[in-house]
Amino acid sequence: MNRTRRLVVDPIRCDAHGICAELLPELIQLDDWGYPMVSEQPVPHHLEAHARRAVAACPTLALLATEVEVARTAGGRAR
Amino acid sequence: MTAPDASQLPRLLATVARPDLASHLSRWGGPPRRGPELLDELGRSRLGGRGGAGFPTARKWAALAAGGRPVVVVNATEGEPASNKDKTLLVHAPHLVLDGASLAARALGASEVIVCVDRRASAALRACGLAISERAGRGLDAVPFRLEAAPPGYVTGEESALVNWINGNPALPSFGRRPYERGVDGRPTLVQNAETLAHVALIGRFGSSWFGALGTDAHPGTALVTVTGDVRHPSVYEVAMGTPLVDVLAPAGADQPVQGVLVGGYAGTWLGPAAATSARLDPAWLGSAGASLGCGSLVVVGPHTCGLKAVAMIAAWMAGQSAGQCGPCARGLPTVADGLGRLLSAGAPNKWNAQIDRWLWMIDGRGACKHPDGAVRMIRSGIQVFAREIESHRHGGDCRRPPPSLALPRYSEVMV
Ligand SMILES: Cc1cc2nc3c(=O)[nH]c(=O)nc-3n(C[C@H](O)[C@H](O)[C@H](O)COP(=O)(O)O)c2cc1C
Ligand code: SF4
Ligand code: SF4
Repeated sequence: MNRTRRLVVDPIRCDAHGICAELLPELIQLDDWGYPMVSEQPVPHHLEAHARRAVAACPTLALLATEVEVARTAGGRAR
Repeated sequence: MTAPDASQLPRLLATVARPDLASHLSRWGGPPRRGPELLDELGRSRLGGRGGAGFPTARKWAALAAGGRPVVVVNATEGEPASNKDKTLLVHAPHLVLDGASLAARALGASEVIVCVDRRASAALRACGLAISERAGRGLDAVPFRLEAAPPGYVTGEESALVNWINGNPALPSFGRRPYERGVDGRPTLVQNAETLAHVALIGRFGSSWFGALGTDAHPGTALVTVTGDVRHPSVYEVAMGTPLVDVLAPAGADQPVQGVLVGGYAGTWLGPAAATSARLDPAWLGSAGASLGCGSLVVVGPHTCGLKAVAMIAAWMAGQSAGQCGPCARGLPTVADGLGRLLSAGAPNKWNAQIDRWLWMIDGRGACKHPDGAVRMIRSGIQVFAREIESHRHGGDCRRPPPSLALPRYSEVMV
């Protein structure tokens, strides 16, 4: 087990500005309607600064970084 | 009083046409005076929630027992068009539901019970209002009961939406806010389905062994199911858990062979003819087939109607019920519903199936509440079960068969 961060979108707050996907394409892709699909993987070390920037840039405060306990084997698809 | 025969059906609907307090008390005896030890009994009973998710009731109560002074909310909104069981219960056995709520309030030390009924359900509202005043007149309950006429809408019954509405806000879900932590007036709140509470009333009286005399070991007790669609007697039935699906379809008057059955409501799972023949109505069997009992609703597609049209119509209805807060739900579901409409006409491109699959994958799990997930489950399973219909529409155009009847049973038609 490891303490780390995972990105989550509050779908009610999100207005599909798409800034997050521009700043962090490695973990965030837009769906067909312009809403972000965020990777369920924990944020890898080398992307932490980018992730923080994306969280700060979201105009509606919809992108959240939550602290989670994850087994290192955790898989997951982009969503 | 001695316990009634535990093997006898119906249980919850035993007092049909005699919903008054005197009949209730003479049938079941006085409401049990039980405190927190009821939680252990509930755990032994293995009762699962009947509002859709099947969550173990004892675990839910235990999570609440930890917090401050709670509120109990009876969820009888039942916005699911193919379900009529909670309204039926309130019309025919309101005191069982209220007994269960009273027991929950006692066991959890709650200060208040709020009963929420769809404001269109006038018979249920009337019966419930009458029952509450009968109880108040007799001083039956330790806490006050309040009846609320909730706004119509499928999503109103989602627990955070219901709590938001009780708090004076629109009946819209919240993201990541759990009523059992912070609900009505910010207090820990038990939101429990009406049928679940009716079972609690009997477990509280007669115990978990009595409860388990019907049903399976893993899923004891009985369940209310609403059978609609292509059946001659659309109705609410009470069955023992584990009852073969065909044993419910027969009395409901389903013509054989059925082409498919939607199990668990509009957010449920379609079973094809083979699965429908062998299915048993319990969470274990249904779970192994990728389905769940959900709210217990069964929509039957008979031999002469078009199941694909049912899938498209229900998908469009579910899209219309989106609370409009979350993009993947508000934008995605209408896109898929349109896509299904295109499958009904001749010449839909072959790649269209894959496109719909892709959209479903994009939508699944991405709302603040589980409304889109339910729609995805219904559509995905429908596309599988009615794959042949998709091909024949693609090549031959409209099959000219009507959709199944999606009408509801009336109270007078309730049979058990
Ligand atoms: C879109 C949506 C609609 C719902 N509608 C109802 C409803 O009408 N009645 C109900 O009891 N539960 C409904 N639920 C489930 C509730 O959120 C909640 O889980 C349930 O009331 C808990 O009761 P139970 O544990 O006794 O099943 C709905 C859930 C969703 C996602
Ligand atoms: S930046 Fe914020 S509002 Fe824009 S798409 Fe990302 S999460 Fe949504
Ligand atoms: S997922 Fe759909 S129904 Fe649920 S809150 Fe979001 S928009 Fe409303």
